[in-house]
Amino acid sequence: MSASVEQRPPGVGSGPDEVIRTEQLTKVYPGDIRAVDGLDLSVQRGEIFGLLGPNGAGKTTTAGMLTTRVIPTGGRAFVGGVDVVAHPTAAKQVIGVVPQTNTLDRALTVWENLYFHGRFFGMGAKTSKTEATRLLEQFRLADRAEAPVLALSGGMAQRLMVARAIMHQPAILFLDEPTAGLDPQSRIALWDILGELHAAGQTILLTTHYMEEADELCNRLAIIDRGKLLALDTPAALKQSVGIDAMVTVTAAGDLDQLANVLRDEIPNATTVDHSDGVVRMGVRQIQGVLPKVVEAAERHGFSVSDLSSTEPTLETVFINLTGKDLRE
Amino acid sequence: MTTITSPATIPSVKELERSARKSTRTAFRALFLRDLTVLRKSLKEFLPRTLLQPFLLVFIFTYVFPKIGQGVGGSGAAAAEFSTRLVAGVIGLSIMFQGIQSVALPMVQEFGYTREIEDRVLAPMPVALVAIEKVISGAFNGLFAALLVFPIAAIVPATPVHLDINWPVLLTLAPLACYMCGALGLTFGTRFDPRTVPMLFGIVVLPLTFLGAIYYSWSSLAPIKWLQVFVLVNPLVYMCEGFRAALTTSEHMSLWAVYPVMIGFSALFTWLGISGFKKRVLS
Repeated sequence: MSASVEQRPPGVGSGPDEVIRTEQLTKVYPGDIRAVDGLDLSVQRGEIFGLLGPNGAGKTTTAGMLTTRVIPTGGRAFVGGVDVVAHPTAAKQVIGVVPQTNTLDRALTVWENLYFHGRFFGMGAKTSKTEATRLLEQFRLADRAEAPVLALSGGMAQRLMVARAIMHQPAILFLDEPTAGLDPQSRIALWDILGELHAAGQTILLTTHYMEEADELCNRLAIIDRGKLLALDTPAALKQSVGIDAMVTVTAAGDLDQLANVLRDEIPNATTVDHSDGVVRMGVRQIQGVLPKVVEAAERHGFSVSDLSSTEPTLETVFINLTGKDLRE
Repeated sequence: MTTITSPATIPSVKELERSARKSTRTAFRALFLRDLTVLRKSLKEFLPRTLLQPFLLVFIFTYVFPKIGQGVGGSGAAAAEFSTRLVAGVIGLSIMFQGIQSVALPMVQEFGYTREIEDRVLAPMPVALVAIEKVISGAFNGLFAALLVFPIAAIVPATPVHLDINWPVLLTLAPLACYMCGALGLTFGTRFDPRTVPMLFGIVVLPLTFLGAIYYSWSSLAPIKWLQVFVLVNPLVYMCEGFRAALTTSEHMSLWAVYPVMIGFSALFTWLGISGFKKRVLS
């Protein structure tokens, strides 16, 4: 199922289990701003699929096009087999969306937000009532049922939006930067909810710029930057693709440019060496025995190493490798 | 946490396209139901904002002025004629205010930073119909307001009001007027920057009101010919004149002008409103 992007020409992967498909999907905003540029994606039923990239990479625009709110300027997009541009009303029946901002209806109470959402999606009054109450219980919001939505904390509002999005049992759940701005506890609570939904067979597409989140949650990831797909695979395969065993981080005082050159020359296993934020980062192929050599080489050239660590490659490493820049930039 | 129900299987594309019509009907009704609920919950604010202005207008012009001998429109029979004429104007005014207050003003919040309109735009129906639903619910608000205002306009004046209701005209004109004002509200709410919508009252509503044939009939403007021609761009003029035809025997603009122009304005505002709405919610 996982194949690198080069091996996945458009068309491969289609079948009864394909629930999202884009073909050369493109969005150019006025002023020739190419937000999304020829994107080919295929998401399978039951997957948690992540769009990972920095702010402005085109993740939200892609999610917007798949959820009918952004009109593509080129290419095609299908959800549940429905062409979202040609048949938006049909497409809207099979999707649930948790947008980036709090779009809860402020004129209604917490319970009413769910109740009317159910009615919008064709539930009868009775079913919608029971479902709204059941979901509030399930998402631990029952004691807030009659509260105005403005009285909810960020985490609670987010839980309510997830409850609302899954209420009509959508085939695909979209979450746009679901944990941005949430406190760590609420973030973990949301991860738990998404885990349970995934276990129940829910297909989920989420956009995020948090590597840990993408790594923790997603079965497959598309790394995108400047509207283009850079890599598509499982998190594990992406990390392997970097071709290093470890990322060594060296903290030392002095001219880091010079230290980077020293390490480049003296550590034969080093693949990439660069520095930023006051540390030198070095990708290493075989880590055994490297750390003592780093300290020895640095001190021989007059650098005093104050900290030294080695970690397995992360998605951050993958991103730096692909773009030459930090995900947080 | 109890277990989460597993998601529905995806119906076939054909089935989805076939059910789109049904989902549109259901979603439209549910949106209207949502608006009715919001109206019911906000009756406490709805009533004063709907009743106060017409009450003050009628009270000052047709009760206080005649009593203190500062008649508008003359005295005696002329004053009675003025009160009668004002009834139609006040109803027209109330409907127009509802169109703006129930459609345009909420959009300041709905299109604002949080974009809470987005959730309703995701309801399984065409976006244009989400906009039309706004117009219909605004029209309903207008009709409700007109019903509330009617007794005030008929009872408060100190001079007797002579109403002569032409039911066929009233029953067709009132819904048309309410729809037109709902569509006007949608146009204002979508075509103006959300931050400037509250300023609408000062720069748009006020001139529409004062030049809207509320206090005088359009034909009585004949001595100021340029003004009489100029106010023809004001949709409120046709509404008030139409209500004059529906409720009174006082002189009014020909219904052959009132109906076609109001239908034309309704179509124009609907088009402007829907395209403005789409511009706001789709990109």
